[in-house]
Amino acid sequence: MSFAQLFSLSIGAILIENFVLVKFFGCCPFLGVSKKPDTALGMGLAVIFVMTTSTAVTHLINEYVLVPLDLVYMKTVAFILVIAALVQFVEMVLMKLMPSLYQALGIYLPLITTNCAVLGAALLAVDKGLNFFQSALFGFSAAVGFTLAIILLSFIRERVGFSDCPKAFEGFPIVLISAALLSIAFMGFQGLKIF
Amino acid sequence: MDYMSIAYAVIVLSAMGLLFGGILSAASKLFAVSSDKKLQKITEALPGANCGGCGYAGCANFAEAVAAGKAKVDGCPTGGPETAKKLSEIMGKNLEEVERLVAHVNCKGGNATKLKFKYIGIKDCVSALNIGGGRIICPYGCIGLGTCARACPFGAISIKGGTAVVDREKCAACTVCISSCPRHLISLVPYDRPVSVGCSSKDKGIITKAYCDSGCIGCKLCEKACPENAVKVENNLARIDSARCTGCKACADACPRHVITVSGKSLQMEEGAENNSKKVM
Repeated sequence: MSFAQLFSLSIGAILIENFVLVKFFGCCPFLGVSKKPDTALGMGLAVIFVMTTSTAVTHLINEYVLVPLDLVYMKTVAFILVIAALVQFVEMVLMKLMPSLYQALGIYLPLITTNCAVLGAALLAVDKGLNFFQSALFGFSAAVGFTLAIILLSFIRERVGFSDCPKAFEGFPIVLISAALLSIAFMGFQGLKIF
Repeated sequence: MDYMSIAYAVIVLSAMGLLFGGILSAASKLFAVSSDKKLQKITEALPGANCGGCGYAGCANFAEAVAAGKAKVDGCPTGGPETAKKLSEIMGKNLEEVERLVAHVNCKGGNATKLKFKYIGIKDCVSALNIGGGRIICPYGCIGLGTCARACPFGAISIKGGTAVVDREKCAACTVCISSCPRHLISLVPYDRPVSVGCSSKDKGIITKAYCDSGCIGCKLCEKACPENAVKVENNLARIDSARCTGCKACADACPRHVITVSGKSLQMEEGAENNSKKVM
């Protein structure tokens, strides 16, 4: 794959096929943890960390365990197992070796264990037939797209909080409408598709 | 039907599960962080509201500080005396009785204060103050747009008749509202002291009278009525000394403008506020 194709893969995962706003993966943390920009950023960083490592590791599992044993049809179950174990493992390692990083990401890590965006990235990377490096890049880019979306929504929510919206829309309904409008805005990136 | 392939899949996945389980249990031993039992007990005893009233980022940080002896056992305003007692038992320290505090808004003007202009804008006291110094003429009073009510993590503050009113039962004295009020009107008062002054105006009586129908005019009738000398008028504003106050409510009865409230309420204010709010609307 040339550099241009890698760039296209990355931009594609961040903007054109944004995981939250175009593919609708990971809506739970997207709506749940976007109340404040700080927490949204923390969540985003944790997702970047987990998604990059999990996509790389699931690629290895697929390549060296599932394909040789002819068990590719079990990849959903196998990947859930791998991701859950990986997140737990990473959490323990961080707690011991990097307490400051654990303080920043710690609360968000367990939330991501069963996040469908993480599983989605792993499955899509396999479906696209990407190699190890490309899988990691794809996972990283998808997570950057997620972070972008969640931070944008958190800023919008802060502004919406001060506005005088109709009683019936106060609270969660107006957040859903904001998310929908944000999603429509991301449709504009469809024209960027090259490959 | 190839039963073998099913059995095969089950075996492989179980093997993977066992392998990961083994790795995780090994890792939990290898990377075990020695956690203090005392710390765990303290964390359990805390309310877990993470309100930040103690001055630390959250309950976990406060627990660490208590365990390290850096923070006092009665440092948690939310948990109050009960938590302080539990913590002192865990830490093995004796504790003097901690009295319960509640927030009190030192203004009950509300709709009784005269307006400079009608404010239509962001419903936030800080924003409102930026426009002409606020919509009310009184330079000390409550703006009544509920910044404190939104800041309160316990839902204890509501806007009644144009002024923020604290629900004394719900209030956990976490001090979040105190820092949120742009006019610094909220302070902590002892729960057992029934009377509080509902005004912060330090202007002379005649000036206060001109812009607010329920402001303290510094007439000193409360000072004279108090049998314990607990009420003092300083800078044209009545002050109650909690240490001397016995809760006889003589000052509240004596106040001609019903500025001194009993348990955060005064009947005259609520009636007056309702009438006034109709006029404003």
